Amino acid sequence: MPANVSLFVTCLVDLCYPEVGRAAAALLRDAGVSVSFREGQTCCGQPAYTAGFPLEARRMARRILDAFRGGDPVVVPSGSCAAMIRCSYPTLFRGEPEERPARQLAGRTHELSAFLVDVLGLERIGGRLEARATYHDGCHGLRELGLGRQGRRLLAGIEGLELVEMERADACCGFGGTFSVRLPGLATTMADEKLAHAARTGATLLVSGDAGCLMHLGGRLSRTGPALRPAHLAEVLAEAGGLG
Amino acid sequence: MNGGTAGVPGRTFEQRAGALLARPEVGRNLAAAMDRSVALRDAAFRGVDLEALRAAGEAIRAHTVADLARYLEQWAEEAEARGTTVRFAADAAEAVAHVREVVARRGARLVVKAKSMVSEEIGLNRALAEGGVEVVETDLGEHIQQLAGEPPVHLLVPAIHRSRAEVRDLFARSYGVDLPDEPERLTRFARERLRERFLAADVGITGANFAIAETGSLAIVTNEGNGRMCASLPPVHVALVGMERVVPSFRELAVLLPLLTGSATGQRASTYVTVVGGPRGPHDPDGPEELHVVVVDNGRSRILGSRYRSVLHCIRCGACQNVCPVFRHVGGHAYGAVYGGPIGAVLAPLLEGVERWGDLPFASSLCAACTDVCPVRIPLHEHLIALRADVAAARAGALERSAFRWWARAWSAPRPYRLLATALRLAQVPLARGGRIRRAPFPLSRWTRDRDLPAVARRTFRERWRRGEGGADGA
Repeated sequence: MPANVSLFVTCLVDLCYPEVGRAAAALLRDAGVSVSFREGQTCCGQPAYTAGFPLEARRMARRILDAFRGGDPVVVPSGSCAAMIRCSYPTLFRGEPEERPARQLAGRTHELSAFLVDVLGLERIGGRLEARATYHDGCHGLRELGLGRQGRRLLAGIEGLELVEMERADACCGFGGTFSVRLPGLATTMADEKLAHAARTGATLLVSGDAGCLMHLGGRLSRTGPALRPAHLAEVLAEAGGLG
Repeated sequence: MNGGTAGVPGRTFEQRAGALLARPEVGRNLAAAMDRSVALRDAAFRGVDLEALRAAGEAIRAHTVADLARYLEQWAEEAEARGTTVRFAADAAEAVAHVREVVARRGARLVVKAKSMVSEEIGLNRALAEGGVEVVETDLGEHIQQLAGEPPVHLLVPAIHRSRAEVRDLFARSYGVDLPDEPERLTRFARERLRERFLAADVGITGANFAIAETGSLAIVTNEGNGRMCASLPPVHVALVGMERVVPSFRELAVLLPLLTGSATGQRASTYVTVVGGPRGPHDPDGPEELHVVVVDNGRSRILGSRYRSVLHCIRCGACQNVCPVFRHVGGHAYGAVYGGPIGAVLAPLLEGVERWGDLPFASSLCAACTDVCPVRIPLHEHLIALRADVAAARAGALERSAFRWWARAWSAPRPYRLLATALRLAQVPLARGGRIRRAPFPLSRWTRDRDLPAVARRTFRERWRRGEGGADGA
């Protein structure tokens, strides 16, 4: 079992949702690993990559390669940003001088729930939280990293928490990075479909492992929303475990 | 036209999609139909080692496309040896000219036609109509779309966005009949009408799902049998084939056929698979006197030599459209091109240029459901990302380009990143209430039109970490 991990909080969590980073750090420490935070980290570069600016994306990604030098596992409380490093960095740096370090970083980067369950072998966080929750699969975590069961398993281990599956839990919520600004009408329609499915379960908590999805769904909820609280998986687990 | 979605106003995908989103019944009908298709597909592959089958399908397509010239040549030689006339068409105009020549030589007035996306690609129906030839689409969905004056909305199910009441109204207007809106009655009426046309037609035109190199034959997959009628009843059969649709032999067909029908309609096998081996021989009791096959390039060989080659592996099953979270709300007509959905967003700019179709690669949230479902494992979402880079290089606005350049420079060093966080916090003071921003300036105004935006936190994670609040001290 690794003794030290390096936390990549992602730019969105750093700037807008610092409590998610705090919860992630607390969960990791509670699981028995020490957590370090490299000051050099900013953004993984995904927005530039998917907007069609690979040069700019590489420039950002080099910053990440530099910030996370060494051999410690890098843990990310986001399926999308973890997938960017694990799956897209090798493509982005193909034929570039940094191809090797990019592959090396890809191999030791883990999304938070996958790290807790698959690497640390955690069965449950435990704790207690009275809530009815439904889980939204973020696309990149689901399809590029095979996530989903880890987060659900940890949620199911919380006493008092009832996990209810929504219809089309694995469908895109419409965030899609710059997609949500390029095609706001479609993005919102997709969010409304997702929120309708979530609301139909009677859940009070809408849980996801990606702050991007939650920003989009939460932003829509606060305009129109049914009585659903968007919450990051790390926050829910930390709250239940009394790790606040 | 009621219920129709073609000719929706707008020069861009966003405008056309917006016009369609303003008609929620379109999305409702489509989404329900797409959900049914996905459920049928999942059920068809239950108990099958689908991943192994997809890998086999991909290997077959990759092998064939990598050696396409040789397989095409073999196919053409075998076909000609069996009496088939083979024509290669470099572009749409050549393909149309070949078909028109056959039609003119036979003095044909009536053409019956089975579904063919290549014919849509080359604008065949209009060209024939301009020459005074009547063309009747015989696939029921395609026939409905033809009556409505619309191109197909989906690769496989052309009229899937229409309710049965709309179909009844269309039949009433076109044929002057008063029918109940029962699918059985409507279908029976269409079948009787079409039967007359099959028997009267001078030429039958079909597409082809596969061209089998070893025997020079074509495989046509349908559920209504109309492909077989078009290929066998009229005295002349003209088939249009995309040049990439070759398979080496029947062995490979045995893998690709169930992949196609399972992915397309959730069937283990389609109702009809017609293998056309050539025109009627001296001892054959029936079949067409002439068989002409037009092999259409129309931009494909350009793709062959590019990093997008795997898009030529496509077997046109439409599964990527069925699972696409964008397509389900707006349908094919929002894309404006012949091919819609994820495959169309890749194909249209490749076939007709990023200048014309540069906004289509952005008509995706990159959720990768298309890549996940593709029976021959085309990395569609990766192609979309690569195409976005081509589009950005060709035509990104100066504003967007400099924004990304500036952002990459600023955020690739921690100090300006921190300064930006501080600047944003100051800038948002007049906008943020309770941690939310309800109205932001452009381009984020496009977000805040329908959603709130989170404000930058009073203290970022790294600021908290420095103060020991992130738990740096183990607290």
